[in-house]
Order: sequence, then C-alpha cells, then structure tokens
Amino acid sequence: MTTVAVKPATMAQALTRALRDAMAADPSVHVLGEDVGTLGGVFRVTDGLAKEFGEDRCTDTPLAEAGILGTAVGMAMYGLRPVVEMQFDAFAYPAFEQLISHVARMRNRTRGRMPLPITVRVPYGGGIGGVEHHSDSSEAYYMATPGLHVVTPATVADAYGLLRAAIASDDPVVFLEPKRLYWSKDAWNPEDPQTVEPIGRAVVRRSGRSATLITYGPSVPVCLEAAEAARAEGWDLEVVDLRSLVPFDDETVCASVRRTGRAVVVHESGSFSGPGGEIAARVTERCFHHLEAPVLRVAGFDIPYPPPMLERHHLPGVDRILDAVARLQWEAES
Amino acid sequence: MTVMEQRGAYRPTPPPAWQPRTDPAPLLPDAEPHRVLGTEAAAQADPELLRRLYAQLVLGRRYNAQATALTKQGRLAVYPSSTGQEACEVAAALVLQERDWLFPSYRDTLAAVARGVDPVEALTLLRGDWHTGYDPHEHRVAPLCTPLATQLPHAVGLAHAARLKGDDVVALALVGDGGTSEGDFHEALNFAAVWQAPVVFLVQNNGFAISVPLAKQTAAPSLAHKAVGYGMPGRLVDGNDAVAVHEVLGDAVRHARAGGGPTLVEAVTYRIEAHTNADDATRYRGDAEVETWREHDPILLLERELTARGLLDDETKQAARDAAETLAADLRARMNQDATLDPMDLFAHVYAEPTPQLREQRALLRAELEAEGEEGR
Repeated sequence: MTTVAVKPATMAQALTRALRDAMAADPSVHVLGEDVGTLGGVFRVTDGLAKEFGEDRCTDTPLAEAGILGTAVGMAMYGLRPVVEMQFDAFAYPAFEQLISHVARMRNRTRGRMPLPITVRVPYGGGIGGVEHHSDSSEAYYMATPGLHVVTPATVADAYGLLRAAIASDDPVVFLEPKRLYWSKDAWNPEDPQTVEPIGRAVVRRSGRSATLITYGPSVPVCLEAAEAARAEGWDLEVVDLRSLVPFDDETVCASVRRTGRAVVVHESGSFSGPGGEIAARVTERCFHHLEAPVLRVAGFDIPYPPPMLERHHLPGVDRILDAVARLQWEAES
Repeated sequence: MTVMEQRGAYRPTPPPAWQPRTDPAPLLPDAEPHRVLGTEAAAQADPELLRRLYAQLVLGRRYNAQATALTKQGRLAVYPSSTGQEACEVAAALVLQERDWLFPSYRDTLAAVARGVDPVEALTLLRGDWHTGYDPHEHRVAPLCTPLATQLPHAVGLAHAARLKGDDVVALALVGDGGTSEGDFHEALNFAAVWQAPVVFLVQNNGFAISVPLAKQTAAPSLAHKAVGYGMPGRLVDGNDAVAVHEVLGDAVRHARAGGGPTLVEAVTYRIEAHTNADDATRYRGDAEVETWREHDPILLLERELTARGLLDDETKQAARDAAETLAADLRARMNQDATLDPMDLFAHVYAEPTPQLREQRALLRAELEAEGEEGR
C-alpha cells in the first residue's frame, strides 16, 4: 500500500498516462484508430500522443475498423506492438472477423511462431446518455473467443496498471473501458512503480461476511454503493472486482464465495448467455457444498440497448441488486 | 427591409475551387490485358528468364497434379488446385527479394513453394495435421489465408510497419476475383493508398468464385479499374502469359520499393480444375469453355515462344521434367507417411501461457489419452 500523498485523477487521464508511458518505454508501441491523432480521441484518451510521439506513432486512420485491426495484424507480424482504439463498443463489430479469425488465432495457427501482441481498446457499456449503438456491453462476444485476453478496469489505478500490462502482453488483449467511469476520480499516484497489474487476478474491493457480489467494470461502483446500502438491512456484502474476464480468476472468486456462502453476479450485459451464466456455473461447480442459495444474476435485460431516456430502467442499480440479495434464502438460517 | 429585399442583397460567396485529388488518367488500366508472348515484344525477353519461368511452370503443374492425386488417395483433406494459374503463382514468387513478404490465400500453396517453403509444410493446412506448417518468418510467407481478402490488410500493415522502421521491404498479396467483393479488399486498398504503403495486390481473376462467374461478382469495367477509385494505378495482364505477369508484377514491386505506393494488378486467368476436389464444376460450366482455356495454357504459350527462338532443346525439356518428377516423388513419399500427431499440442499455443482453465482442460484430455492407452494394452 502506498502512503504517498496523491492527487485525484480521472480514469481517462490514467489511461492516457499508461499509453504515454508505454510509448516512451518501447518504440515499437504504436497507437492507431479513428480521431486518435489531432483530436486526441472522442474521449480524449490519446490526447497529446500524436504531438509528443509524432503521427507515425499515433495515427489517424481511415474510418474502417476491419482495416484498422487488419493493418495492426500486419504491423504486429513485423514486430510492432499496436494499440488499436475502437471508437465505441458497437463500432468494433466490423472488426470481428479480423479479431476472431486472425488476432485470436495467429499464435495457435503458427505453433507460437507468430504471436500478435495487439491491444484493442474498446470503450463499452452504458450510462452516459448515448444514442443507439453507443452503449453496448459486448464483453460476452470477446469472452467466447479463445485466444483473447479480456480485461476491464473499475478504478483509476487499475486503468493504468491493466493497460500497461495489456500492452506488455505478448498475447492479444481486448481492453474494455467502462465509458461512464472515464471521468470518475480517484486518488492515484502515477509515479508509483507498483502500478502494473498482472492480468488474470480479481481483487476483493470490499470485505464482507454475508454474501459476495461478483462484478466488473462499470458495475463495480454500483455494487460498492449497494453494499453500503445493504448495511441498513443487516447484510455485510463482499464485492469482488474481476478485472480480468479472461483468464478468469476462479481462485479469488471461489475463495470469497466459500467464505460467504452466497453469491450474486452483477453486470450490464444481458443475462441470457451473458458472462453471469458462465460465472454462476463455475461458482456452482466449485463451491456447491458451501452455497446456502443458488447463485443469482443481476444484469441488463435481454433487449437491444435502450434509448438514453430509458436506460436507467435497464441498467442494474442498487435496488435491483438488493432485491437479489434478499432472495438468497436467508430465512433458512433463522 | 423585406425578406425579398434581403434576398436581393444577398451575394453568395463562391465555394472553394474544386479540383480532383489526383489525375485519374495515368491510373487507368490498358484496354486489353498486357501480353508479351506471341507479340513482337517477346523477342526482347531475356532467354534466361524464359527458361527459368518454364522450369518453374513445369514444376508447378506437376506439384498441382501430385497434390490432387494425394487428395484422391485420402492423404490431403482437400486441395484447391492452381492448375492453369501457375504463371501467376510462380511470377508472384520470383519478383520478390528475399526480404520481401508474400501473403497467399488458400489456393496459393504453389506460390509459397516457389518462394522456398517445403511443399509438405505448405500442404500442412490441407493435410490437416495443423493449420500453418511452416515458420512464416523463415521465407517471409504469411500463413495461407482462408477467410477471403482478410490477408490484404495484413500485407498493408506489414509493408507500412517496414517503411516506418526504415526497411526496404515490399509486400505482395494474392487474392481471387471473388475476394474483391469482400469489405477487407476495399479497406486494404484504401489504407494502402492513403499510407502509400509499399504493397502490390495481385488479383488472380480465374473466372469463378466456386460456381459464381465474374459477371455476378462485379459490374466494374475490369477488376483493375477498381484501383482508380483508391488513387492507385491498376494494371491488367494476361495471367497465363508468364513473361507478361512477371513484367507487370516486377514493375509494381519496383514502383512500391521506390516509394511510389501500391498497385493493383488483375491477372486474367482460368481455374482449369474445380474449386476443390469436393466441388463439381460440371454443374456451372461447360467443357467447351475449359477446352478454350486449355489452348491458352501458360506452359503451352511459353513453350511456343521458347521453341520459336530455339531455346527449348530436348535436354532443357527433360531437365524440367526430371526436376518436376523429383519434387513429386519426394512429396508423394513424405505425404504417404502418417503425420505425427500430439493431441497435447491443442493447448500448447493458444496463449503464451495457458490460462488456469486451459490447464484444467489439458489435464482432462491427458487423462482421456491415458485411459485410451490402457484400454489399448
């Protein structure tokens, strides 16, 4: 734990700093995407990079996601370490063929002779009042594709640490950035050398004894808020922030559930065939004899992402989480 | 002031002068495919090049025949033959320097072999014991690409990266006529032109995308004309005239190497065999059409020229045949040995380090294999 006095910073600033530090440390790191150069990205995450490192290192590409990722594959084949920005979750879909048929498989296809160290940054999720196609939770698609790592930060420090780890990884990483946390602030010391996080480790954000909320990305602050509110009901909730969806940290998750005996998975993505189904199955398979109740899911509805004026009804909030916690068969204890 | 008076007072500023971004005329392909063999220009062709192309075409034809035979014998899962297209396959390999990169599609194992890839390793994908059998870095041949046109942006990215690093490297990417309808074809050409990447796109227009003829694929005057829309030169060449293909591709590679940017080359050729051994070409084309193209065979065209110039004695012919038979015999012998398979390889290269989940699944497979082994005892 650092004891250095630190200033508050936003997640977007931490991401920018991670890109800048990675580019300064390694000349093979190249950033490419739509509007990432002169404008600094629509969320300003690449702000200043083209100016500092030149347009050959931070490149405004033509507006074509398959082309961006496809050329990044070729760049990685030649020894570069591309960091690709997809402007929004739903705008990443044209790049799926490149991602699934090439990025995810090239190492395997070539028996390890041609790894592709590509980071694909994808702003994802809702809660920012975005119109259609700007708020999707696309993580389940990526999680279902072998060969990809899938990570998502929930804190300012993790945004920095996980992005540095993603860029340093010799495997392709889909780096999901929770849009509504871009402007979240946290005390964070960018000079702390301990900030590169290992990919694949979940973390307990809040300790508790009654039940475990398993969550990630944009839903982490919601779960922490729910845990605070739950105290009034007499529940002491533990919150596990997965950080890495692939690889999945069964160890940390199951250790928590074995302690509490109850679990709720919380995410914005729809529940049918969503990440929560996989997580609930994994927990049930491993912790069955410790469970006091079925593992429940609190998720977005199985609907196309709603228009902004209705999105608050879709997104899992404190009340929906507490309702689920209430259904964890407490009466059996008394 | 009334509205009409205001309007009367309004003097629109003329818009900024419009100019085309580039003069399209020099980018346009010729009206006819470029030909050398059978024309006066053929007399100027280097005898050494003619002999070399001839030997490679004979080798390539024999390789195609052997691979097709191996498929019928069950040694290959499937084989998409390039019989009739050998001039394109061979020329694409010969115009490149060692440091350059070739990006083949699944029909281009011959181009990979002509560049130096071991035929057995080139055929690994089609034999089915792994996906890519060769080390792409060894001969700078990217993995054979099955999803159409998706290798084209790779070639652009690699060429762009090489240029950023200050390396003198050209990438040559192969695609078929069907592939030009894919979105990645468009995106790759656009990126290449915007970045002025040192890359050459060779479209082998062999008449068919499996069963669908070119007329149902495009309404463009020619596939080479598509280049103009991207601001790059389009060249049209007779794909069965090995000398012409070699010349046009060689020019495009030199142009790219000199910093002139990308070129799109359409080689007009014909797929003599069906799409693969699993396809039945009689369902969509007649024998007469195939026969017409057999008379325009790349080896035949070259043979006529060599004979006319007295460059093809029996000894040269026999030497080419012998080399082809040696390659075929070696390929046959090695492909007739059962592939060495290790099921544990399934987990070895998914990630640099297997995830905990893959370690569990690997243990499961290992237990299954051990159980099988004990049953077998």
